[in-house]
Amino acid sequence: MSMLALEYLTVSVGSGSFAVDIVSGVSLSVGRREIVGLVGESGSGKSMTSLAAMGLLPKPGPHIRSGRILLAGVDVTQLEPWQRVEAGHGAMAMIFQEPMTSLNPVRRVGDQIVEAVQVREKISRAAAMDRARELLELVRIPDALMQLRAFPHQLSGGMRQRVMIAIALASRPQVLIADEPTTALDVTVQFQILRLLRELCNELDMAMLFITHDMGVIAQLADRVAVMYAGRIVETASVKELFGAPGHPYSRSLMDCMPIRGVGLRRLRTIAGQAPRPGSVRAGCAFAARCPDMQDSCRVDLPPRRELGAGHDALCGFPVTDGRPL
Amino acid sequence: MWSYVLTRVAAMLVTLFFASIIIFGFIHAIPGDPIYVLLGDMATPEQAEKLRESLGLNQPIIVQYLQWAGRAVTGDLGRSIFYQAPVLSAIADGAETSILLASITMTWVLLIGVPIGMIAAMRHGTWLDQGLSGAAMLLASVPTFWVGLYLILIFAAWLGWLPSSGYPSIFEEGGLANLRYLLLPSLTLAAPNAALILRLTRASMLDVSREDYVRTARAKGIRPWRVVTRHIFRNALLAVVSAFGFTFAALLSEAVVTETVFALPGIGRLVVQSILNRDYPVIQGITLVVVVIYLVINLLVDISYRLLDPRVELQ
Amino acid sequence: MKRAMSWLAPFAARPIALVGLALLVVVLLAAFFAPWMAPFDPQEMDPIIRLSPPDAVHWFGTDQFGRDTLSRVIYSSRMALLVGVGVVVFAMLTGVPIGVFSALFPRVGHVLMRMVDVLMAFPSLLLALGLIVILGPSVANSIIAVGAGFLTTTTRIVYGLTLRLKSETYVEAARSMGSRTGWLITRHILPNLVSPLLVQASFVFAFAQLAAASLDFLGLGAPPTIPSWGNMLAESRQFITRASWLLFFPGMMIVLTAFALNLVGDSLRDRLDPRFRDMLGGEA
Repeated sequence: MSMLALEYLTVSVGSGSFAVDIVSGVSLSVGRREIVGLVGESGSGKSMTSLAAMGLLPKPGPHIRSGRILLAGVDVTQLEPWQRVEAGHGAMAMIFQEPMTSLNPVRRVGDQIVEAVQVREKISRAAAMDRARELLELVRIPDALMQLRAFPHQLSGGMRQRVMIAIALASRPQVLIADEPTTALDVTVQFQILRLLRELCNELDMAMLFITHDMGVIAQLADRVAVMYAGRIVETASVKELFGAPGHPYSRSLMDCMPIRGVGLRRLRTIAGQAPRPGSVRAGCAFAARCPDMQDSCRVDLPPRRELGAGHDALCGFPVTDGRPL
Repeated sequence: MWSYVLTRVAAMLVTLFFASIIIFGFIHAIPGDPIYVLLGDMATPEQAEKLRESLGLNQPIIVQYLQWAGRAVTGDLGRSIFYQAPVLSAIADGAETSILLASITMTWVLLIGVPIGMIAAMRHGTWLDQGLSGAAMLLASVPTFWVGLYLILIFAAWLGWLPSSGYPSIFEEGGLANLRYLLLPSLTLAAPNAALILRLTRASMLDVSREDYVRTARAKGIRPWRVVTRHIFRNALLAVVSAFGFTFAALLSEAVVTETVFALPGIGRLVVQSILNRDYPVIQGITLVVVVIYLVINLLVDISYRLLDPRVELQ
Repeated sequence: MKRAMSWLAPFAARPIALVGLALLVVVLLAAFFAPWMAPFDPQEMDPIIRLSPPDAVHWFGTDQFGRDTLSRVIYSSRMALLVGVGVVVFAMLTGVPIGVFSALFPRVGHVLMRMVDVLMAFPSLLLALGLIVILGPSVANSIIAVGAGFLTTTTRIVYGLTLRLKSETYVEAARSMGSRTGWLITRHILPNLVSPLLVQASFVFAFAQLAAASLDFLGLGAPPTIPSWGNMLAESRQFITRASWLLFFPGMMIVLTAFALNLVGDSLRDRLDPRFRDMLGGEA
């Protein structure tokens, strides 16, 4: 059974005739001990999707227009985190991109973890502080007892991100959403955090949705991938298939753009043009304007979702099914 | 921490020093011979000479400044021309009124401005928020003396509920009931300042609620009210605290007009009367006292701000 | 053209701001076309109809000398406009050069800003009163006196803005290419100061009205021979129980003008680059 399932989720801004969809018909599922990567350019709607799944859409602002969010099979659409706690549903936690600003600067680290612990467990402060120490040890922070009393600005970027992970794990979540958690960190620290996440996912039986724009991270970490473009999922596949035999022209272009070691000197490839702004494409496929394989019908008809194999589909009228070697 | 306090105190003293030079130079900036400025136009040449000698005005200006400053530090702020009494005692007479007025006003400002600002922020985007913000902006655009006059008209003249002028001391007969004389004046003075604090609180809370760590707090599943009290309010309050000094200065300024409208025997009215009476030593003395108070308040605000915000403290 | 239109966008979003703008236009028109708009001569006294309430002939009633209140209110808008513009110009002409200079030449700048700090140790009305004592009460002096209070805040704001602009990458780039300071100022700094200063100007204009009215009320601003809303209120003091319309109309004009200016300033600030929004409060 999947821990997290999004079914045709649509998030839009504005209302009535001014409504614009920024996330459109997104469906994906993540199972236990599985890491699903959500890839896309900035503005593709991946962060919005994750915030919607968490129930953290800002008010007033974008809202879920249609679709469902299922947490361990239970419908939690439109429910904010505190409402989910009240209803006794399972736990979904999230870690964000900027650990510095994501932690309250005027409160000690230990207090912030304790706060997360006490949401779900009615235990004393002393017991909660003990659990906070355990969590810090779980995320491999040295000298955990001392660090409980630290303020966020006294810690390094990598440590702060570990604290964020500890906070997220406090509620013993079944689903962990990570929104570009390593983008703001050095490459060496990045590697450590990713490894930690992988280990935690296995140890704690969690399902993880990992959002990034970095294909290298996906290759390292994810089991399956969903590629997003202009608010839609254009391809879903296992990592192996995405890198080996991408079906959607956009995914293929992304693969082509990656620099490869060991292959002589060559000019870096790019995808010409820019991603369309939400609501600006009235008809047809959103990628049509930049697609190398565009056909006439692509501009008129919405692309269908085509199965390319087990667990592999692409939102394209003319996907490539014979794979191209890198 | 202590080194921070010391540096701030030192900075304050430097500022005070330069400000005192300006205040001292005030009398010399007024057109005309300072002696006649001090004595008034009716003085005889003999009185003028006597004063000139006793005040040491025939000495170089730096010496004069040092003498003036030296006397000021001991509390001798000169003699009032009009009242023929030490300036300090004239100020002390008005102190009770003004201090009480300022304190009561500040209480209104905080009690009204902060909670309503919070409510407006939490109901951001609704009609309530728009209405409150608009009302606040309107109130901030009203001249204090107009509010005062209208309050007198309504509550004193038409309804007769409250007195329209004067203020007998609470130490005299009537006791604490005499505070009702300060009710209308304090509301008058509080109105525009409460409006400004309201807008500041609201803006500050909205800014903080957009911060990433508030999103983290929500993600934890904490109930919305707790998010406000534990995360938003404390941080938003920092901005309000730092505006405290500015608000106090505005209060000191506006009190001048309010005391005039309500004929309160306070320091503000003393200022106006002294200007009209050309009683320059009093103007000088009051200005010095006010500047000192203002600088001290700012210093305290600065220190308390640092106490509240650990980021700065631990540098 | 498109840029000009974008300035109007926040006004469209908040229709009440359009009302504010319209109000200002009315005040402006009243100031310029007073002789044609006012039904009576503001100085003309008619003791027979003194202190008469509003009626069909005298829409705003008459004062203790029988002068038509409506006409006096209309003529007073000239003073309001004059003082407002005067204070804004004074604040900008002093604040901008000092602020920009201090930011671009840090060593001298530090000293200058400390001097501004000293000035800020004096509460604004006391500063104004002190200047009036030295200079003597008059319209021009009340502009200087009130302006001095805004000089400090404007200088601070310009200083802060210029410091930020100085550290913007494009300015650093220009500097590294060897641009001369004068060029830097005119091409990079000043144009970017226009929008925030426009916002600041609205708020200064608004609070200048209140400050000037206070000075007039105390008898230390414009002489009683010149009609101003503050003066009218000062004169009305003795008669408020008998003739409350004398209290209402001039005061209302001050409120409406200041309110309209605040609204406009707020709307302009919403349109502004978010970088600078935190620097511009609603207070002067």
